[in-house]
Amino acid sequence: MRAYSLYLFRRLVQFVLVVFIGVNIAYVVTHATPIDPVEQTVSAATSFGSTSPEAIAMMRQSLRELYGLEGGPLQQYAAFWKRVAVGDFGPSLSAFPTPVSQLIARAIPWTAGLLTVSTLLTWVIGNLLGGLAGYYRRSALLRFAGILTMGFHPIPYYIVAFVLLIVFGYVWPVLPITGGAEMNLAQAFDTTYAGSVLVHSILPVASLVLVGLGGWFMGMRSLVSNIVSEDYVLYAELAGVDRRRILTSYVMRNALLPQVTGLAMSLGAIFNGAIITEQVFGYPGIGFLLVGAVHAGDYSLVLGVTAVSIVAVSAAVLLIDLLYPLLDPRVKAQ
Amino acid sequence: MLKILRDLLRYNREFAAGVALLSFVVLVAAASFFSPYPAADSFVVPPDLPPSWPHVLGTNSRGQDVFWQLSFAIRNTLLFGFSVAILSRIISLVVGLVAGYAGGMVDRVLMSINDSFIVIPLFPILVLFYFVMRERMSWAWLALAMAALGWAYDARLIRSVALSLRTREFTQTSIFSGMSMRQILVEEHLPYVLPIVFSTTMNNINWSIGLEVTLSVLGFTNVDTPTIGMMIYWANQHTALVAGIWWWIAFPVALVVMTFIGLFLLAVSMNEYIDPRSRLARMGA
Repeated sequence: MRAYSLYLFRRLVQFVLVVFIGVNIAYVVTHATPIDPVEQTVSAATSFGSTSPEAIAMMRQSLRELYGLEGGPLQQYAAFWKRVAVGDFGPSLSAFPTPVSQLIARAIPWTAGLLTVSTLLTWVIGNLLGGLAGYYRRSALLRFAGILTMGFHPIPYYIVAFVLLIVFGYVWPVLPITGGAEMNLAQAFDTTYAGSVLVHSILPVASLVLVGLGGWFMGMRSLVSNIVSEDYVLYAELAGVDRRRILTSYVMRNALLPQVTGLAMSLGAIFNGAIITEQVFGYPGIGFLLVGAVHAGDYSLVLGVTAVSIVAVSAAVLLIDLLYPLLDPRVKAQ
Repeated sequence: MLKILRDLLRYNREFAAGVALLSFVVLVAAASFFSPYPAADSFVVPPDLPPSWPHVLGTNSRGQDVFWQLSFAIRNTLLFGFSVAILSRIISLVVGLVAGYAGGMVDRVLMSINDSFIVIPLFPILVLFYFVMRERMSWAWLALAMAALGWAYDARLIRSVALSLRTREFTQTSIFSGMSMRQILVEEHLPYVLPIVFSTTMNNINWSIGLEVTLSVLGFTNVDTPTIGMMIYWANQHTALVAGIWWWIAFPVALVVMTFIGLFLLAVSMNEYIDPRSRLARMGA
């Protein structure tokens, strides 16, 4: 039990460190660049039509407060952290006066749903196929599946999503290509709405799964083909243990451990992919919000989305790490 | 070195295919030096011509020849990928070798920072970077930012090799013969990790080109430097697909996919070559 609490403690420290470094990068990016964001926003806002000098001064003042440019460097830094800690990024500039936190809260369920479904699907299918391909090396069907998944692997999310969009949107229009659900459909927990959400999620999920499969497939295949030559597997085979049982509880279970760690490590990249996918398919999640905020010049929303995604991704990683002892009893027993 | 290359080309089909794909891409990029039109000029040829002689890949709605535009774009995209890869390699080599060699507290601190960089979602941070830089955002700034963010995964890999090198006898010998830590790392350990560095370079180039394409397609980079992402961006701005000018989008996408698959094949075959077990399996099979 002591080993387990030590493990928990170290994971928690790592979580805090990730958030700390991430938020510091965001701070450096916004404060150490040679450009004054306030003057830029002011000049962009005043370039259309004439504005009175008093109004410009007021706008400059409120923007300086919002960007956290008041006071000395230490005060600025403290103010930045305070806003992240409380989750209060002020009102959104583009959807004034809706608070940024409210906009983000509205978008998060979409992204979380899309990510959970596609990540689980990718991970399970990729590991299953990879495990089978590593164990049954002679199967032509599995080899073909390997070539197919690995072919998609090096292509970035954007290109795959874009090609899917062209194929199922223009060439053979059978699936909806934009939005999270049917337009003018009331948000309710009934079958029509759920079905509409499901149909709209097919293409985004498909693009994420297609790109993600190859990595897990390759990892699992090489892990399994290493484990197959271990003594204990040979022993089990000689003892006449059922082949299927060897594959599941002797080989796959051991090979899964590094794959779980790999899942935790790749969550950040998967999140990047989801943001891009959302943009391509107009899916109303965090990524769509982020890109819209950049185009609208909404600083507080961009900063809010960045900070929230850093915290959310590291929390998801922490969650996977906390579940890890369930799979690997050695963590608890040591 | 040349002998290894020859053997790889002869016995490793993935390597040969990767080299062939990349050579084609590099040839297209090299063609840009002979372009009859400057890259930034528009309306130098009749717009919207389908692929035919003398405009082999057609012309776009901005009155540019798609082939010459594409060759400028792929040149910039490749250069971008290489710069990010080289810059980030320096960081990951320093962190990986030092962490592996020093061990103990230094290793733990460096690896905690390293793991944080692996987990942090980079895309929102790059978007934030663009948001603050705006018009000043250039190719070089983006390369610098991405190199500063994209070194962590490979540093971990290099560290794992350095860890085992530390326990080898020749490291002890060098310590006893009075070499400094810097000397040991550069002269003794660096040659051992270079093959891995090479294969991770390919993956890193893929990663950085992929992010650059994505950022440019969304319009989050300097719109005036022609890159593959920028071509797709302009094609989208002119709704090329709806207008039926498919060649404006299809050719850049095809070429960049060729680049990705070529680099990926090189990385995979290099990995296989470095790992003696899989090399033996190949020779036995």
